[in-house]
Amino acid sequence: MSSDTPPARIAPAAAGVEAAAPDTHGGAPDLLGRRSRRALGWGFFASELSVLFRRRRTWAMLAALAAIPILIAVAIRVTDGGDGRGPAFLDRITQNGLFVGMTALVVSIPLFLPLTVGVVAGDSIAGEANTGTLRYLLVSPVGRIRLLVVKYAAAAVFCLTATVTVSLAGILIGIALFPVGPVTLLSGDSVSVGESLLRSLLIAVYVTLGLVGLSAIGLFISTLTDAPVGAMAATVVISIVSQVLGQLSQTEWLHPWLFSYYWLDFADLLRQPIEWSSFGGNALLQLGYVAVFGALAYGRFASKDVLS
Amino acid sequence: MSDFAIETAGLTKRFGKQLAVDGVDLAVPEGSVFGFLGPNGSGKTTTIRMLLGLASATAGDIRVLGQAMPRRLANVLPGVGALIEGPGFYPFLSGAANLRRLDAADGFAPAASRAARVDHALERVGLTHAAGKKVRAYSLGMKQRLGIANALLAPRELIVLDEPTNGLDPQGTREVRHLIRSLASEGTTVFVSSHLLAEIEQMCTHAAVMSGGRLVAQGTLDELRLAGQTRARVLVPAADASRATRILTDLGLPPEPEPAPATPGTQPGGAGLGATSGTRGSANGPLPTPEGHFALPGEGAGGAGVGESVLSAVLPESVAREDVVAALVAGGVRVRGFAVQQASLEDLFVALTGEGFDVVQ
Repeated sequence: MSSDTPPARIAPAAAGVEAAAPDTHGGAPDLLGRRSRRALGWGFFASELSVLFRRRRTWAMLAALAAIPILIAVAIRVTDGGDGRGPAFLDRITQNGLFVGMTALVVSIPLFLPLTVGVVAGDSIAGEANTGTLRYLLVSPVGRIRLLVVKYAAAAVFCLTATVTVSLAGILIGIALFPVGPVTLLSGDSVSVGESLLRSLLIAVYVTLGLVGLSAIGLFISTLTDAPVGAMAATVVISIVSQVLGQLSQTEWLHPWLFSYYWLDFADLLRQPIEWSSFGGNALLQLGYVAVFGALAYGRFASKDVLS
Repeated sequence: MSDFAIETAGLTKRFGKQLAVDGVDLAVPEGSVFGFLGPNGSGKTTTIRMLLGLASATAGDIRVLGQAMPRRLANVLPGVGALIEGPGFYPFLSGAANLRRLDAADGFAPAASRAARVDHALERVGLTHAAGKKVRAYSLGMKQRLGIANALLAPRELIVLDEPTNGLDPQGTREVRHLIRSLASEGTTVFVSSHLLAEIEQMCTHAAVMSGGRLVAQGTLDELRLAGQTRARVLVPAADASRATRILTDLGLPPEPEPAPATPGTQPGGAGLGATSGTRGSANGPLPTPEGHFALPGEGAGGAGVGESVLSAVLPESVAREDVVAALVAGGVRVRGFAVQQASLEDLFVALTGEGFDVVQ
């Protein structure tokens, strides 16, 4: 559950006072110079993000994602259009470069985005166990719930970063290689370049939202094992299974419950007025996944013997 | 307030059918340097993991720094520094960045002094020069030091070091010993697990021995040594050997073949002076012979000289050592040398945990 925040017994004001207090030892009641109450965890969250984004692996994944719109744009530019087949929005690119980002998202959603999210989410706990840092984090003491929440929040930040990377790289290469102008929406209306960029951002948020459920699944799987590769692979496989089930008419009753159900429905955000129903449905479904798998991860990790 | 930094009662851990830790009652006095001994697989690390709240106990109570664990974990652990089963670090971060990361994880550590505390910890373990180097490029010994630095990030009341000298060269081992002594002199309780007995003997005030998941001995080092056997060794001319054997047997000291060579850590005790412990390595002490036994006065480096024999027997507490010599001399034995050997920790350790690879599983 997204309300699974760190122990909220500290009023922000009190935390601020403590942080501002000099940690001199002289006359202090606590001889160790420690804070008397645990910090809310923003420092640790910042540390988690810095560890995530200082890894070469993270940058390699983001670079690979950025390469997708670039490949698409270059291919279209070189072949000068095409015969109108291919993913959604592809045929519009030659008229308006702003569609490169959207096309690239359509291409990335089934595999590339789940793959990178699976790597980050699957690595979250199992990776720490594998490097032997998990026991030191827990003994420091980080607090198990706090660790789960921070790990999950970092994975969610990565989802947003990955999506924005695809979208932004697409917009930039589109501007570089194709004419840019007011965007004609699916409803036939035309919006300015500025508003179309806002809509691109909205789409990025929509796609990110679609991935947070998968991140929660990855976090849960990551608490089950000390082998990060296993957790990553399992998370990616689950995302593929979900999409395969979503294609089969025999499992139609299941479709609205699959976390991948709304993944490609962001076109509704390209109507005037915006059709919010899929956005809302997506948010609700993903929150459900976060609640269920967050609870499972907590149930598993809170009492787990850390023997790695 | 409790006088014990660590106290457990009936601590038990079961993994499936296997009883990894079985009814352990540890009592680690505050301010002690406590050696936690045991062969590999005897349950030392599992015990440590339970003490630190990483694993839950199947049964039993734990109190660390006077508070119940794991219930008061968040209050207890900020005062505890630990090195558990080898260091664990992010290979893609520098040594200093690793420490900053682990310090940031501690919600009680003041962020304002973080950089200074990291520098100080690195300096204490001699890693200042390698602070900016990626841990990937560290040697095993450097990683081990960094692990110890992590335990020292904040002032601690208790430091738990699991095999701290693993992978360290002799200089590193010495430094760790110095570090532990200086921590102890600051009043920090140090709980060191090791299977290196000489190490424990050199730096600990107290020790406990684990075997097969059970705590088989616990106490001050002197108490533990007293629990071992004291042996008397007599050097006599070969011609007097049979007579000496008879006299010794009458005294209740039947000579027997010498046990397996003891370590250089064996305690010599001058006849009539009383065996003293804790003075190992004193400059005027006898030097160990190649076999590891302390030479008797008059005994050549290779043991008994030509035409001489050494008789060795367990010396019961009821027999005064001077009486042994008096009886031998009165019986006409030409005593050329006499020594009393205090049991070493290793003798005790082997007696408690078994010899060779047949350790209790």
